[in-house]
Amino acid sequence: MMKTIQNPAVGELSPAGAGVDRKSSTLNQLLLSLKSIPVLLAFIVLVTVVVLAAFAPVLGTVDPIAINPGGRFSPISEAYWLGSDAYGRDLYSRLLYGARISLIVGLGAAAASIAAGLVIGVVAGYLKVLDAIIMRVMDGVMAIPSILLAIALVSLTGASLVTVLVAITVPEIPRVVRLVRSIILNVRSEAYVEAAVSLGTPTLRILTRHMVPNTVAPLIVQGTFIFASAILTEATLSFLGAGLPTEIPSWGNMMADGRMYFQLYPGLVLYPGIVLALTLLSVNILGDVLRDVLDPKMAKRT
Amino acid sequence: MTDQKQDAGHVTAQPVLDVRNLDVSLVGVGQTKVVRDVSVTVNPGETVCVVGESGSGKSVTAFSIMGLLSSEALRCTSGSILLQGENVLEAGPERMRSLRATTMAMVFQEPMTALNPVETVGDQIDEVLRIHRKELGKRERRQRVMAMLESVHLPDPERIYNSYPHQLSGGQRQRVVICIALILEPKLLIADEPTTALDVTTQRQILLLIRELQEKHNTAVLFITHDFGVVADIADRVVVMNRGEVVEMGQRDQILAEPAEDYTRMLVSSVPSLVPDKRTENRNEIVLSVKELGKVYSEKRFLKRRRDVAAAVDINLTLRRGEILGVVGESGSGKSTLARCVVRLQDPTNGEVVICGENIAALRGQPLQTMRKRVQMVFQDPYRSLNPRLTVGDSITEGLTNFGVSREAALAKARELVTLVGLSPDVLQRFPHQFSGGQRQRLCIARALALEPDVLVADEAVSALDVSVQAQVLALLDDIREKTGIGVLFITHDLRVAAQICDTIMVMQDGRMVEFGPAADVLTTPQQAYTRALLDAAPGRHWDFQHFRPL
Repeated sequence: MMKTIQNPAVGELSPAGAGVDRKSSTLNQLLLSLKSIPVLLAFIVLVTVVVLAAFAPVLGTVDPIAINPGGRFSPISEAYWLGSDAYGRDLYSRLLYGARISLIVGLGAAAASIAAGLVIGVVAGYLKVLDAIIMRVMDGVMAIPSILLAIALVSLTGASLVTVLVAITVPEIPRVVRLVRSIILNVRSEAYVEAAVSLGTPTLRILTRHMVPNTVAPLIVQGTFIFASAILTEATLSFLGAGLPTEIPSWGNMMADGRMYFQLYPGLVLYPGIVLALTLLSVNILGDVLRDVLDPKMAKRT
Repeated sequence: MTDQKQDAGHVTAQPVLDVRNLDVSLVGVGQTKVVRDVSVTVNPGETVCVVGESGSGKSVTAFSIMGLLSSEALRCTSGSILLQGENVLEAGPERMRSLRATTMAMVFQEPMTALNPVETVGDQIDEVLRIHRKELGKRERRQRVMAMLESVHLPDPERIYNSYPHQLSGGQRQRVVICIALILEPKLLIADEPTTALDVTTQRQILLLIRELQEKHNTAVLFITHDFGVVADIADRVVVMNRGEVVEMGQRDQILAEPAEDYTRMLVSSVPSLVPDKRTENRNEIVLSVKELGKVYSEKRFLKRRRDVAAAVDINLTLRRGEILGVVGESGSGKSTLARCVVRLQDPTNGEVVICGENIAALRGQPLQTMRKRVQMVFQDPYRSLNPRLTVGDSITEGLTNFGVSREAALAKARELVTLVGLSPDVLQRFPHQFSGGQRQRLCIARALALEPDVLVADEAVSALDVSVQAQVLALLDDIREKTGIGVLFITHDLRVAAQICDTIMVMQDGRMVEFGPAADVLTTPQQAYTRALLDAAPGRHWDFQHFRPL
C-alpha cells in the first residue's frame, strides 16, 4: 500500500549543511560584531564591572561601611586606593560593593519585569475578553511617573533593596506587556498556529510550543534596556535620598554623600559617576548589538 | 490579429529594447550568476512574454532593465541593455531617472504595495508629470491626469483622483499603477506579473486594457508571467526561462504548438485542461454534510451602529467518502470562510456541519477537541503553515501525541506518512526552511493525514506553487484519495485546477452558492451567468495545452 510516488522534487532537498543550525549562526554573528572597537570596549568594560562586583571581597577591599573618623577625606594612598569620604570610608571598597548593588538591581528588575510582563502580555494577546481591560490598566500604570511611584512606595514601606526593586520593576512592566502582546497577536493568525488548533493541541501547549518562543529574542533585547534603565533609576533614587539607606554603598548614595564636598574633593562624585556612565554606555551598546543580530526588523525601524 | 503584428515587428529596423548576453551575479564571494547570457529584443507594438517558474530569473532580468537591482546584492556583470540604442548599464543615476517613466515604465505585481498609502492616487499620478514635465502648469497637469484616468476606464475619475489606494479595489489600483506607468507614453512597458494578484475576471479586463493602450501608443511590452494561459492570450513572441537561462524563444504559436525543448514541453503540458474528465458517480456514504450554514462577521464599533457582513449565507453541500468537491469563486466569495467553519477555526453563525453523523457546529470544549481529528486542513501558504522552530517530525507527530499516542508509535506513523507523500523518512529530523514550497506542502498533507481524518479541507493548497509542482501535488492528492478513501473539500480560485481534480464543483459568489453539480456539467454546460463569466475569463481557454493545439 505504501507505494512511493515518484517526483523530481525529492532530489531537490537543499544541502544538509545550508544553515542547519540557526543558533550557531547567531552566535557567530555576535562574535563577529566584537570586531568593532566600540563594541569590544563595551564588552571589556562590562566584563570588568561584573568581575569586580563578583570578587569584591578578595580584591583588596575593606568593610565599605566601616567609619574611620581619623581618616576623613584621605587622599589616594596605600590604605585608601581612591581616597576616603567624609566619614573616612574607603571609596574603592564602596565603589566595588556599589557595583554589586547596581548589578543586582539591574538583573533583578529586568528578570522580574520580563517574567511579569510575559505572563500578562500572553494573557492579553490570547484572551480577547481580557485584552481591553488589561491594556487599560497598563495604560494607567504607564501614566504614573516612575520616580514618583518609587518615592511613594519607599515612603510608605521604608527603604530596602526589595522596595527599590519593586519600585523600579512596576513601571517597566507595561512596556514588556505591550511588546509581548503585539507578538502574540501577530503569531496567533499564523497558519501553523491554526494548524495546531485543528490538530486538537490544547491551548496551553499552543502557547508554550508555538507562540511564546517567538517572544524570546525581542525580550532579551528589551531586557538589556531595562537592565540599563534600572541601574540609572536606582542611582537616581539613592541620590534623591528615596532609595537604599544611606550607609549602604550604592553609586547613587556615594554621589549624594559627596555632593556637598564636590568643589573640594571632586573624586567623591566623579569616581562613582564615571563608573556609572561607563557601565550604562556599555550595556546600551551591547543591547544595540543584540538587537541588530536577534531582531533585525526592530533595528530597521529605529 | 497576431499575423499583422508580427509583420509590423519584422519591418521595424530598431527594436525598442535589445538585451544582449546579459549576466547578473550576486555581489560578494563566489559571485554566483543568477542570470546567464540572456538576450531578448522587443519591437515597437510587440508583446514579448517572459515565462518561467519561480527562481528562473525573469524578474531579475526585468529589474536589471529598469536599473532597480539593489547594488549591494546583485550586479550586472557583462552584456548590454540597449534601450533605443542607448546602453542603460552605462547610464548614470540622473540619466536613469529621466529614462524611467519617459522611455520605459514598469507595472508591478502587487498594486497595493506599489502605491503610496498616504497620498491620493491623483497626486501620485501628478507627481510623474511634476518631475518630468516641468513646463506644464497645474491645470494642464490635472487635465492630463483626468484624461489618463478616463483612458484606463476608471469610473468617475473625479472621485478616483481624490481617493486613497485603500479605498479602491485591486483591479482599480492596478489601473492607477498603469496610469502612472503610461502617462508619459513610454516606448517600453515592463509588466511584472501584473495580474497575478487579481481575480480572473479582473485579470481579463487588465489584460485587455494593456492591449488597448499598447495599440493606441504603439508601446513595446515586456510581459513577465508564470501563466501559460496569459501567454496564449496576449503574447506575440515568448521567451522561456529556467534557472537564469533562456531555454527557448520563438513566436507564440511555435512555442505553444511545437516546443523544441523538453523543459518547455513539460511546462506547457503541465497547464491543466479546463475540460474535466468524465467521472463515475460516487455512491459511497456521506462523510460531510453542511446544512444551511451561515457566517456573519459583525464589527462592534464604539458609539456607532454595529455593522454586519454576511460572508456565507445558506450553504448546503454533501461530500462522500473518496470524493473531491471543489469550491470555486473569486476573492471575497466566502469560500475560505466556508472552509474555516468546516474545520471549526471559526464558529458558524447558524446552520450545521455534520461529520460522520455528528454536528460539530454546536460542539464546545472537550467533545470538539475529540472531533477535530475527523477533519483536517491544508493551508495556502506552505511557508507559514509549518512552525519554523520545530523539526518536521515534531510537526507531523503533534496531532498524534495530542491524542495520547506514544512518541515511538507516532514517529513510526510519521515515517510511513512522509513516504506516502513522496519524501524519504530521514526528512523528519530537518527543519522546514530546508525544503522547497512543494515539499513543504507535501509535509503539510502528511501532517493532516496523521490523524486519519475522514475529511480533508484544502484551502488554496496549490495556489502558491509553480505549475509543474502544482501538477505533482494534485496527483498526490488524487492518489491519497484513492488509497485512503478520504473526502476532500478543495477550495480554489483556479478553474483549471478544479477541472483537473474535482468530482463535483460548487461555485460561490458573495457568500452564496451559485451553482452546484458534477464537475463535467458545471464546467462544460454552466447553467448560471456568473459561472459562464468565470469560465470566459479563464486565460488561454482557446488553447489545448496538453495536446499542443488550439481548441
